[in-house]
Amino acid sequence: MSQNSLALQVKNLSVTLNHQQIIEDLSFEVKRGETLVVLGPNGAGKTTLLRALLGIIPYKGEVKWNIKNISYLPPKELMQTKEIIPLTVEDFFSLKEVTKQKASASLDSVGLASDLLKERIAHLSTGQFQRLSIAWALVDKPDTLLFDEPTLGIDIGGTETIYSLLHKFWEKQELTILLVTHDLSIVWGHADNVLCLNKRGLCYGVPSRALTTKKLKELYGVGVKYYKHGK
Amino acid sequence: MISEKIILATLMTVSIGAVAGYLGTLMLSKRMSLVGGPLGHLTLPGITLALIYGFDVSIGAFLILILAILVIWLFEKRTKLPLETLTAVVFSSSVAVAFLFLPSEEVELALIGNISQLTLLTTVLSVSLSILAFLIVRKIYKKMVFIAISEDLAKSEGIKVDKYNLVYLLTVALVIGLGIRIVGSLLTAAIVSIPAATSKNLSINMKQYVYGGAIAGGLASLIGITIYQVFPIPAGPAIIISSAGLFLLSTIFKKN
Repeated sequence: MSQNSLALQVKNLSVTLNHQQIIEDLSFEVKRGETLVVLGPNGAGKTTLLRALLGIIPYKGEVKWNIKNISYLPPKELMQTKEIIPLTVEDFFSLKEVTKQKASASLDSVGLASDLLKERIAHLSTGQFQRLSIAWALVDKPDTLLFDEPTLGIDIGGTETIYSLLHKFWEKQELTILLVTHDLSIVWGHADNVLCLNKRGLCYGVPSRALTTKKLKELYGVGVKYYKHGK
Repeated sequence: MISEKIILATLMTVSIGAVAGYLGTLMLSKRMSLVGGPLGHLTLPGITLALIYGFDVSIGAFLILILAILVIWLFEKRTKLPLETLTAVVFSSSVAVAFLFLPSEEVELALIGNISQLTLLTTVLSVSLSILAFLIVRKIYKKMVFIAISEDLAKSEGIKVDKYNLVYLLTVALVIGLGIRIVGSLLTAAIVSIPAATSKNLSINMKQYVYGGAIAGGLASLIGITIYQVFPIPAGPAIIISSAGLFLLSTIFKKN
């Protein structure tokens, strides 16, 4: 595979935090325009993996990005801190130093009206806030989006909206997406490749081949129903 | 005829009050409003040294604060304990040491401040330093809000979080050091926390909130100084009581 077609190469990645090994000898690749879902139970090291890929925490091994413009989106953290000061949607975009026009266009792209710019983000519904988060993450037209547990605490309708939106951007902008989740159902509908993580990489590849009942049991520690799927 | 001393006192207290309120809005976003209290208290050894050796109390306070903040910053990097926990560790030790040496006749001055002995030079310096602190806070404000929302996100956007935190803490030291001139070491939490809380009640966006903090802080100082001239009460408590009054009013007109 040509190096240019790769967005990310990870070789023998290990992360140790507070004398505890969180990730051990993990290797994988992500092609440009690919959606890789990192699947694993709570505490498997998924968020740590994203933090290592972003260079926020120290690690051993090799992380090689072939693209520069990367956007990170941790919706749960944003939900928890959105009320720390009175922020309007416009203020929220201004933290990224983007113009009002760009912010307005970004809102439009996720189906939110631009008159929401003057609205307090604390007053938005959960669904509106999720859309806003995506608009905010994608306002600078990144090549890659790192998405951490995008649907935690969101109902099924909201979850589907988020994935439909992501799919739209993926098609339009050739967005490369790395998405971490504990939610198995996401893999079938949206992943090109799946990486099962529970400290070590337990499976990797096209979901239909990588996700066997045996692997799922190994990953989650209990029997997991094997859904019929198209991929 | 208003005396020169009163004009100087008004200029100094309003500018310090305004910048403390402005910075306080940022401290509130980082859930650090109460840290102003411990930081004020840990200036006590500096004030004590100044009183014993006869130099300006703010200089003593600055030196001790900068030393303490560097220690806290280093501890934070090393231990990852919350800043407020580390501040509590350092401030309580500092207060204990100060009371070993603080002359008993100077206790009131150290604790609640004194603006009756102002000179033109002190006022000009205090106002200039308040303006400097204002400009620094304005420069770092958005990045600090970004960091408060998500440190990981800020780092992923290339924001040098450690550098911004250090500049922020040094600015807090500067403002607390100025604040002890007007309200003493006991009441500094009030000049950073109450105006920000007042402003939060009345604001619907970031701009209103940020400048509202400065206005609430400046106005409380102005009312406090006026009360100080009419009634025989110290300026520090008068300013804080005025600020609390504005906060009470804001709860009636709360917008959000």
